[in-house]
Amino acid sequence: MPGKIVLCRCEDVTLADVEHSVSRGYRDIEEVKRYTGFGTGPCQGKECLAVVALQLARITQQDPGAIPPFTSRPPLAPTPLKLLARDPGAHRFPDETEGDG
Amino acid sequence: MQAGIEDEEDESRADASGEIKLPATLEGLLGRVPEQAEIAIVGGGVIGLAIAYYLAKRGLENVVVLERGYLAEGASGRNGGGVRQQWSTEINIRLMQESVELCRRFAVDLGVNVWFRQGGYLFLARNAKEVARLEKNIALQNRCGVATRMLEPKKALDIVPELDLAGIVGASYNPSDGILFPWPFLWGYARQAAAYGVRIFTQTPVGGLEPMAGGGYVVHTPRGAVRARRVINACGAWSPKLAELIGVQVPTWPIRHEICSSEPLKPFLRPMVSELASGLYCSQSMRGEIVGGVSLPGHASTYNMGSTLEFLATYARRLVKLMPVLGDIKILRQWAGPYDQSPDGNPILGPAPGHPDFFLACGFVGHGFMMAPIIGKLYAEWLTGEQPHEIFGRSSLARFADGSGAQHEKEDFNIG
Repeated sequence: MPGKIVLCRCEDVTLADVEHSVSRGYRDIEEVKRYTGFGTGPCQGKECLAVVALQLARITQQDPGAIPPFTSRPPLAPTPLKLLARDPGAHRFPDETEGDG
Repeated sequence: MQAGIEDEEDESRADASGEIKLPATLEGLLGRVPEQAEIAIVGGGVIGLAIAYYLAKRGLENVVVLERGYLAEGASGRNGGGVRQQWSTEINIRLMQESVELCRRFAVDLGVNVWFRQGGYLFLARNAKEVARLEKNIALQNRCGVATRMLEPKKALDIVPELDLAGIVGASYNPSDGILFPWPFLWGYARQAAAYGVRIFTQTPVGGLEPMAGGGYVVHTPRGAVRARRVINACGAWSPKLAELIGVQVPTWPIRHEICSSEPLKPFLRPMVSELASGLYCSQSMRGEIVGGVSLPGHASTYNMGSTLEFLATYARRLVKLMPVLGDIKILRQWAGPYDQSPDGNPILGPAPGHPDFFLACGFVGHGFMMAPIIGKLYAEWLTGEQPHEIFGRSSLARFADGSGAQHEKEDFNIG
């Protein structure tokens, strides 16, 4: 079932989506990420990046080693706001008094 | 539905197998730049692509766009997608009224889904001084025909019931402000510009600008040299570097602004919410993610676009304080983009003094994206023979040397 081969399960990006991206000229892995949305879900590329890179190498007839991973973004894993809010490194604005929260 | 990808025009080009065959928007990576161009636009961000689109739409031929990396690699692909008319100067309010109208028509005019959604902008004040600032702006916005109104804190709950009103003393709200998804906005301009004949080259850094005897420049790139009658510098935060190639000093500098995105949630948040005290802002995209940022102190010049825990902790602290219900949502990723900071907060447009074929389109201080539709249109009209709009006269680079900028009000409502 060509076109229904899912490469990115978080964002439902298929092989056909990647091929479409390349056909429009968006063939850098950073462009493919933006054009298809692959790697922007909860796994942030941990499951799909290598799979997409391999298919991109095949479609664009490049050596897989020539395709670098897209820029990885913190945090390492999805992190709740309330945990981050307790980090002592947060900047305090003038309307905040010491010690509140 | 994915933004940007499918539309009716695409469907009509599907072949019998249902496969969509379309010409590439971008030039191949092995192609050479043309030998001649009427206008070479340097920078494949939203400003450069908007100008390219409107130039070509108005019939100008031989326009090329030269992008150092990939489209949207700079600030155009890294911003929060806010489009507002709540500004402090009349010219910005009036320009943004026109930009909002162009955004409303974008999907129809450009044939791409940019997820533009007018859920309004809600600015929150935590002291009387901030209220006075909002009230002053609202009076001006109302005179321009923008329906911004001041709200009692309790009335803000009608718009965002999840707010914690502790410490909030007032709010301004304009229902016709909105948000969009930045990436497909660029693809839309790029594709339609290409359809009108603009040639767009990515991975094509400009390494030299060589003035020609009769005017114009030989623009040197790794894909060859293009002899351009005029050059437009639309490099955003990198504009000073391009200008340096011909010895022009552009007094803007890059400031890192960080931003982050959460896991997707069921739609609940209509407006962009922002508080003046911290520069906190957040909105919910059509994908359901909460996208937002906060203003950290420090305006050092840097091209470092790394991410910091300080930003994430500060954003989390302010957002959870303002909307405690969001404490359990998870941040998926953070990134950063450069503001192209100008000394007076206003953009720099028009030819560089003494260099009549070298045009600037920079210094937008973090709001170039929302300004791009109207600036692109006005710039193209000017370069194809129309009288220049008032914005060009007051935005010249010369104002920093001759002091003429002092007669115009400074925009002071660059939030976030």
